[in-house]
Amino acid sequence: MTLKLEELTVGQEIGTRSIEVTRQDLVKYAGASGDFNPIHWNEAFATGVELPGVIAHGMFTMGSAVQLVSDWAGDPAAVVDYQTRFTKPVLVADTTGTSEPGAVIEVAGVVGALDAEARTARIDLTVTFAGQKVLMKSQAVVKLA
Amino acid sequence: MTINPDLQGRSYPAAEVYDVGREKIREFARAVKATHPAHFDVEAAKALGHDDLVAPPTFAIIVAQRADAQLIEDPDSGIDFSRVVHADQRFTHHRAIVAGDQLRAELHVDGVRAMGGGAMITTRSEIFAVREDNQRERVATTTSSILVRGEGQ
Repeated sequence: MTLKLEELTVGQEIGTRSIEVTRQDLVKYAGASGDFNPIHWNEAFATGVELPGVIAHGMFTMGSAVQLVSDWAGDPAAVVDYQTRFTKPVLVADTTGTSEPGAVIEVAGVVGALDAEARTARIDLTVTFAGQKVLMKSQAVVKLA
Repeated sequence: MTINPDLQGRSYPAAEVYDVGREKIREFARAVKATHPAHFDVEAAKALGHDDLVAPPTFAIIVAQRADAQLIEDPDSGIDFSRVVHADQRFTHHRAIVAGDQLRAELHVDGVRAMGGGAMITTRSEIFAVREDNQRERVATTTSSILVRGEGQ
């Protein structure tokens, strides 16, 4: 699939995605990224620094949300710019030993802007957990053919 | 301990080289639940015109956070890592990161702003590769703001 700027319109939906998260996923992300802050894997530590419990890395949420854009673009390298603000934590319940997720993150994307000169589309992502937005101004700029 | 306001404008030169390996790209892609074949299958990446496996769009955080560690671990900075909250993040890719890249990051402290008893610190990592002719090739610019919570925040 090759995306053409002329065939896109502002407001067009690019799709949705549900991301199931477990405590084990956070341990995997910690290892892969090198971010071992214990608030992402140790309940006692997290509550000790006045958090409601173990929370996902903001970068886990940001990193997993963009997959929707990579797939839509057809090439992850087409994502030339990606930014977000982290506004609310994603609290991940301890469901170890069960098949239940500890949290579910919902992602939806729409075309937010088109730049005919730069041949880019800005995708605005809405990322929610438990009905609340956890990322704000989450925008990915995609280079088009 | 309070944040040192003199941090603003400070730079930390590129330290170690980060070698981007195929298995690290695959591991990171799995960790962010990415499934695009260009992260896993060399032939799929080549079919899209890339030299090797393509890193996910937020992969550069590994290199950027290593650079940030120089500031956070600097005893002069006054930052208590256990009170750090990530406030915002941006990646600007000048070109795709692919397996085989050797990356370096130069860290700049662009802003320090007092907030209550804490501070908001904005850093920028200029990530580059060194070409065979010793010229820098810009790869990515990452910017990040962290909130260091003061007591009771």
